[in-house]
Amino acid sequence: MALLSIRNLSVEFSTAGGPFRAVDGVDVTVDTGDILAIVGESGSGKSVSMMALMGLLPWTARITADEMSFDGTDLRRLTARQRRQVIGRDISMIFQEPMTSLNPCFTAGFQIKETLRQHLKLDRRARHARAIELMEMVGIPDPERRLNAFPHQLSGGMSQRVMIAMALACQPRLLIADEPTTALDVTIQAQILDLLQGLQQRTGMALILITHDMGVVAETAQRVQVQYAGQKVEEQPVRALFETPHHPYTAALLAALPERATERRLPTIPGVVPGQFDRPEGCLFSPRCRFADDTCRHSPPPVQPPALGIARCHYPLDTAATEAAR
Amino acid sequence: MTVPVVVADHLARHYEVGGGLFSKPATVKALSEASFSIAAGKTLAVVGESGCGKSTLARLVTLIEEPTGGALTLDGKAATPENWRGLRSTVQIVFQDPYGSLNLRHRIGTILEEPLKINRPDMSAKDRSEKAREMMRLVGLRPEHYDRFPHMFSGGQRQRIAVARALMLEPKLLVLDEPVSALDLSIQSQVLNLLLDLQERMDLAYLFISHDLSVVRHVADEVMVMYLGRPVEFGTKEDVFATPRHPYTKALLSATPSTEPDPARQRIKLQGELPSPLAIPAGCPFAPRCWKAQDRCRQDRPELTGAPHAAACFFPEGL
Repeated sequence: MALLSIRNLSVEFSTAGGPFRAVDGVDVTVDTGDILAIVGESGSGKSVSMMALMGLLPWTARITADEMSFDGTDLRRLTARQRRQVIGRDISMIFQEPMTSLNPCFTAGFQIKETLRQHLKLDRRARHARAIELMEMVGIPDPERRLNAFPHQLSGGMSQRVMIAMALACQPRLLIADEPTTALDVTIQAQILDLLQGLQQRTGMALILITHDMGVVAETAQRVQVQYAGQKVEEQPVRALFETPHHPYTAALLAALPERATERRLPTIPGVVPGQFDRPEGCLFSPRCRFADDTCRHSPPPVQPPALGIARCHYPLDTAATEAAR
Repeated sequence: MTVPVVVADHLARHYEVGGGLFSKPATVKALSEASFSIAAGKTLAVVGESGCGKSTLARLVTLIEEPTGGALTLDGKAATPENWRGLRSTVQIVFQDPYGSLNLRHRIGTILEEPLKINRPDMSAKDRSEKAREMMRLVGLRPEHYDRFPHMFSGGQRQRIAVARALMLEPKLLVLDEPVSALDLSIQSQVLNLLLDLQERMDLAYLFISHDLSVVRHVADEVMVMYLGRPVEFGTKEDVFATPRHPYTKALLSATPSTEPDPARQRIKLQGELPSPLAIPAGCPFAPRCWKAQDRCRQDRPELTGAPHAAACFFPEGL
């Protein structure tokens, strides 16, 4: 049985212009020891679906799902109090902006120890020892001194390490990392990704990595799920996805990478991601797709079998990535 | 041999910070010893991590700030403050964040015409509007966009507007400060193509500032790698990417995640972080993080030598 299993998750926001569907029928399955990457452009609903899981969305959001279970517990039936027992202890999350996700009024040590106090009921001395141990684990030099540092005294990389230490404090079984390195420099990004991978291997936890950087995906993840305009359009093991993308969107996205370019002009995807008021009737990608025909424009596409990457497409591509790009 | 559009000779910018009642002011050396030249139709890419002085360089070249040392020549004229007024239309800038760099209360037409209003006061309103519409067509915006407000556009379109505004005065040099890093991948390629098209058509020189090496590899002719306010390597794109000579360049290339990972590749892991620009190490600024640093590196500062593919290192790679 999977550690985390979400079926047909939808999130709707009620806005002044009517309901807006940010996540539309997304499935997520993660096993212990998995590294799943969720890739997509802005507005693809990748963060919102994970925020829904964590219960972090505002009251304007309407969350529906056929199944949402973590380790056998149905998360939909929990009360807010029960949910807080699980969130932060068994499932934890790190966010994109380390500088703004720490509370500037409290020291790094206080914020790490707060998690320990809430969930593990450790005494003062044990909390202090564990906080130092955690900071050593995430590679913060001189932890005794850094415990008393305020967030503004830490650099971006250090703040992200503190965030990771907080997230790992209760030995979670699932860690969700929402663009953990987007705000960091490349050399620091490499350090943080190495750290996350190492911790994942050592503790055997599951890791969900939300990102838009294809390079990070290729070097870190085992399985990749591609989202577009709130829908999951494809899911494959990482190597297979880069070699033979089955959904035209994935293929076009990979072709648009500057490092894969063969000519001076990059292949582009015309148009933009559909917004609230211009959602197409059939396939959501059809206005930008090179292969779209009338069927695509009028009826929603079926979901293909796993051999075709669970692609949500009428005409999944079945050739090597090189030919698809041609 | 034509005159290069911009020539920078040992350009430097130092800031004095602090200096209260009892403390001495400190000097932040945001930029030192930057020398380069860009010919028309060519792209020089400046690469480096945050705090390496790339944006300071952009501000100096765009005449937003005065250098504290060195000399800048734009289009054959010395760029000293008394000449700034005349040179402003030679160089224009496109900023990173297209959401923050457009005035939300102005229509696109007004935004595009404003530079003309200020710098070409003798131009008639009709000519201005014609020129703005012409420019919109050039960057791939539709005529009906003329009367719209910035909030009605997506990030990629806003970046097109920002490029159009920068080109209104027909500059010879365009400074692009991380022009695509706020954009999604599918939009990024559209904007990069637009920039390449415009460069070919108008023979523009680009100073392209970026931290994304895969983008730099695609657009640049020459590359300057900076670390803590100093150029550490300079060379053609081919040389720098194929045979990096400075250890920092090598580490930077190796840290960039690739979509075609080579399992045999050993990633160079840099220890530690960028030192504070207030306390730059005495010798080579990269020495505390360098894996081949020796005593000499910690005492003397290496100069940028070995043109055309120069590196500021005592023990460069590949020799």
